[in-house]
Amino acid sequence: MKHKVPLSGNSAVAYAVKAMDVDVVSAYPITPQTTIVEKIAEFVANGELDAKVIHVESEHSALSAAVGASATGARIFTASSSQGIALMYEIMFIASSMRLPIVMTIATRALSAPINIWNDHSDFMAVSDTGWVMMMAENNQEAHDDVVLAYRIAEDPRVLLPVATALDGFFMTHTIEPIEVISREEGLEFAPKKKTWYTLDPDNPVTMGALGDPNWYFEFKKQQYEALKNSRTVFDEAVKEFEKKFGRSYGPVEYFGNEDAEVVLVAMGHVSGNIKAFIEKTSAGNVGLLRVKLYRPFPEDLIVKHLENAEIVGVIDRALVPGSPYGGPLYSDVIVTLSKNNLSKKVVDFIAGLGGRPVTLGHIKNIVEKLEELKLKPQKDLPKEPLFVGVRE
Amino acid sequence: MSRPLTIRDLPREERFAPGHRMCQGCGAAILMRHITKAVPKDTIITQATGCVEVTTTLYPETAWKHPWIHVAFENAAAVASGVEAALKALKRKGVIPESKDVKVLSMGGDGGTFDIGIQALSGMLERGHDVLYIVYDNEAYMNTGIQRSGATPFGAWTTTTPVGKVWRGEWRRKKDIISIALAHRVPYVATVNPAFLPDLYEKIRKALSIKGPKLIHAFSPCVPGWRYEPELTIAIAKMAVFTGVWVNYEVENGEFRVTTPVPKRKPVEEYLKLQGRFRHLTAQEISEIQKYVDEQVEHINKLAGKVVIGPVER
Ligand SMILES: Cc1ncc(C[n+]2csc(CCOP(=O)(O)OP(=O)(O)O)c2C)c(N)n1
Ligand code: SF4
Ligand SMILES: [Mg+2]
Repeated sequence: MKHKVPLSGNSAVAYAVKAMDVDVVSAYPITPQTTIVEKIAEFVANGELDAKVIHVESEHSALSAAVGASATGARIFTASSSQGIALMYEIMFIASSMRLPIVMTIATRALSAPINIWNDHSDFMAVSDTGWVMMMAENNQEAHDDVVLAYRIAEDPRVLLPVATALDGFFMTHTIEPIEVISREEGLEFAPKKKTWYTLDPDNPVTMGALGDPNWYFEFKKQQYEALKNSRTVFDEAVKEFEKKFGRSYGPVEYFGNEDAEVVLVAMGHVSGNIKAFIEKTSAGNVGLLRVKLYRPFPEDLIVKHLENAEIVGVIDRALVPGSPYGGPLYSDVIVTLSKNNLSKKVVDFIAGLGGRPVTLGHIKNIVEKLEELKLKPQKDLPKEPLFVGVRE
Repeated sequence: MSRPLTIRDLPREERFAPGHRMCQGCGAAILMRHITKAVPKDTIITQATGCVEVTTTLYPETAWKHPWIHVAFENAAAVASGVEAALKALKRKGVIPESKDVKVLSMGGDGGTFDIGIQALSGMLERGHDVLYIVYDNEAYMNTGIQRSGATPFGAWTTTTPVGKVWRGEWRRKKDIISIALAHRVPYVATVNPAFLPDLYEKIRKALSIKGPKLIHAFSPCVPGWRYEPELTIAIAKMAVFTGVWVNYEVENGEFRVTTPVPKRKPVEEYLKLQGRFRHLTAQEISEIQKYVDEQVEHINKLAGKVVIGPVER
């Protein structure tokens, strides 16, 4: 066993950035992401990481500079949260369409208003259709490992897309856990620096970001769609090799509990830890958890595989889309996946923990009880709207 | 002193290819052609959204023989910051040979620079990136159809400052981008004009010989936006200088120098009357513009410490 170091989630991310020997870091402070960049600045200031830090004046410029640096051939890192992610939104689409292997960590946080620095998945979900590979960790070790996986996936010539890794604000970013730190040697062996993408090279000049008219735009989009879909194969290969090398195994999803549990909860991020604790302590083997780690591309096959035999499914959404026919974005992904595969399943959406309100064991118990009750009802009697957990009426 | 540079001395090599879709007589097209003559081959260009970007890179064609990147409207300077930082990092790490001198040029229109891109520009200037930023100023958002910008001059008709019973064209004065750049204590700023190409060439060469952030403000007549016949571009650009509406100068490490002295100025009307965008102006409005130009000339002469732009001669 390797030596473990106590690290906050944000420090764990920064150590991974160091292991990846990143060339350029451009980021702007925002809670709860800030300490990632502070830690990286410390590494650079001490000569532990040889990178150029760009002290940009906004997140919009953070990602714009990242695009410029990546297009020049540098390995680049940025990170943000909430309003910062919202400010980057325009450039997130462009970074993906320009097929640049940028890696960004999202320390998830609620979106204003009211302004709120605490955790939910509003920011992560708001950018889930920008063409990035997206994954979310459950604990600090995973947040650390995801950054290393991200570079390997992003820079693979079959992918060449930006990758977002995420960890829950405060619940993970500011919570200390023992971490096996990946060294620079190990990191670079797993994700070696190779020039796999077109760059701005005076000896071989290319035009990037050209105007694509109706004769061409569509083909660009189709290729981007294919690349994002194909990133799944690369993800699967990467986690397999990661396990061989580091002994920690990840998949696009993680199933916890009895495979034939009647009630299955679908969740993302740190809340999964509480659900696991609940399953271990309380449930008599009739509750399972399907934790989604890889959110884009959405692992439809595994969603089907693990929900196929459930009597009832409860999706825990930590973001809300007012006015939509679904309420929570994760629920919408699950519903579409099941319906595409002709699985008529009872699925109930629970909106929980917005703006940092903790999702407690008590809440999970209530959710499970509700599902046990709804399990006995015919499908047509299921609630047509999401159920809100732990909110005052 | 060697003899002054003439247009015949400029490099023959073209790195801005013909066949682009800029309007006949476009001032920005003349600028781009000669900017790419002045910068070395090993120059990476970042460009903001706008007329130049849209008309020169319709996929799968490109007018650019330089490595060139466009990302969005408001971020050319931020993209350039990233390019420059990457070049430095990759050199330090031995990926790019230390001996390879690669310059970074960033360009945007007046909208992409004075308005929506001012934050990214300010950040780039303040952080001290080794980047030359050139703003081609056609005094409105031309790409989207002649809407006013912070660079639109007093009195100009645009589609968002139309001339009607109440409105008389733009009623505010042009933003002073040079003072904004100078407030960042940058080592070099200059103004250039497509009717004075050797001056433009020399300023770009000089700017690139200086480390750090540099800004060049380029006068850029626009045929449909300013409403004139295509053959008048150079005449208008010259008249801007002869009337004192535009002054060619540079500020190198705080030292101010006018590069095109004008001993006797022409009345501003001579400039205004060449362009349809000013056609509606009354004598009173023209005299107001003359007053603004006089003010500007006085300021320039004060900076120069002598009279370099002379009085109006009628
Ligand atoms: C964020 C954003 N807002 C608006 C636009 C639309 N737009 C594209 S180019 C342009 C005007 C460009 O004006 P300027 O920078 O002066 O360049 P010009 O076209 O005049 O050369 C505008 C408003 C855009 N592309 N992006
Ligand atoms: S609209 Fe004006 S700036 Fe744009 S290409 Fe035509 S002349 Fe040039
Ligand atoms: Mg303009």
